Amino acid sequence: MAEWVDACATSDIEEEDVIRFDSGSRTFIIVRDHEDNYYCSDGICTHENVHLADGLVIECSIECPKHSSIFDMKSGEVETPPACEDLHTYPTKVEGGRVLVEI
Amino acid sequence: MTGVVVVGAGESGVRAAFALRERGFDGSITLLSAEVVLPYERPPLSKGIAAEPVLIRQCAAYEQANITLRLAVAVDVIRAEEHLLELSTGEMLGFTQLLLTTGAKARLFPALAACLTLRTDMDAEIIFSRLQPSTKLGIIGGGFIGLELAAVASARGVDVTVYEAGSRLLGRAVPAEIASLVRARHEAQGVRFCLAAAVAKANGSSVMLDDGSVEVFDTVVAGVGSEPNTGLARAAGLAVDNGIQVDGAFRTSHTDVFAAGDCCNFDWRGKRLRLESWRAAQDQGEHVAAAMLGEDAAYDKVPWFWSEQYELNLQVAGLFNLDRPVFSRETNNDCRIVFQCDESGALQAAAGMGPGLAMAKDIRIFEKLIERRVAVDAMQLADPSQNLKRLLKTA
Repeated sequence: MAEWVDACATSDIEEEDVIRFDSGSRTFIIVRDHEDNYYCSDGICTHENVHLADGLVIECSIECPKHSSIFDMKSGEVETPPACEDLHTYPTKVEGGRVLVEI
Repeated sequence: MTGVVVVGAGESGVRAAFALRERGFDGSITLLSAEVVLPYERPPLSKGIAAEPVLIRQCAAYEQANITLRLAVAVDVIRAEEHLLELSTGEMLGFTQLLLTTGAKARLFPALAACLTLRTDMDAEIIFSRLQPSTKLGIIGGGFIGLELAAVASARGVDVTVYEAGSRLLGRAVPAEIASLVRARHEAQGVRFCLAAAVAKANGSSVMLDDGSVEVFDTVVAGVGSEPNTGLARAAGLAVDNGIQVDGAFRTSHTDVFAAGDCCNFDWRGKRLRLESWRAAQDQGEHVAAAMLGEDAAYDKVPWFWSEQYELNLQVAGLFNLDRPVFSRETNNDCRIVFQCDESGALQAAAGMGPGLAMAKDIRIFEKLIERRVAVDAMQLADPSQNLKRLLKTA
């Protein structure tokens, strides 16, 4: 069952940046875009076993640090291959300066 | 009905075939591969990562995109004027447009003809099956393939010696500062280097230098560069000069024949280039697909490549002029970025190295600055206290 989990403080992530968030045996990324929206998705690129937390965020997209696949964090959709499979995304909300994710 | 035939199912050919469909092309697409296995990615081969080849696309994807993939079929002759191919199966295959993505093959000087090379999944299988702990491996060539193989082998306990004709490693691709870090890491692992080595002759089990000394090995692999597969194009009368010559649309000297990837020689910022690069192969596959459908755009993708050795990652964006000075940015997480500006003060190239992918974000920002071709303040870029993304936004 999905549940809301406290992932980090809003200030833990710089504007247009990303951090890694681990919960149990799963790994996620939390992205803050250029307009202070927060997004959460699986933390591993769908192309190869690479942590997206090392990737560059530009506006609302994240780019894999290894082979430069680009994903739209709003939907998880692949914007640029080599990845062919979309990222799984999860709902987020901000409450009292904390970022909560439903995973 | 119009039909496209793609010759060569590496990164570029596969990317182009799918890009044609994604862009709405509804004629037939036939992808020919001389290899017997489904198209796979080549970069992992020298990194010893996967036991099974990493497929570029799953088998079903070709069917879904209505791309006819034919394996173990080579092209014997291109009859460009007749728009016909003579296939190794004896068939004739017609095309409206032809794309040559024939790639490159390992270069072998006659004196090295009996050495192993690493280019295909079969090569990798043969080489890696021989790498047992305490066997002796000789590698000729201190470029990326040789060094990646040295890293995988020495990590498995193989006794490795690398012979390099140049006075330092990676002499074609990266600044000396980065190359010496790479060398130190290998030496810490016990890899021996023989630099400025004049190899007179070598075969699968020995290397002879020009002073007559001979070293015996269990296996000898040569990684001394590659040459483009241009035989078909040349025989068909297409212009060839260090690769199949193409224009900005990746069209060859024949109007209905295109070429992309490692086999082609193209114009980039006023210079003729031939790249051996996974990323360029994709970018060009994408670009040529658009051009074949009549779109008109200049190709301005920045060359980019990467290497992995041990825990280290190396990424290079742009092309260094190794005769010119470089700047260095050192960050507190053991990452080093070396970069260079051109005469106008615009960023020209950057190479980053460090454990894991910690420098990847920074290199990507450098790459974006190279794309923009605007003058940069090298001192600011070299200062690790400066936020690179902020510099990118104000550039």
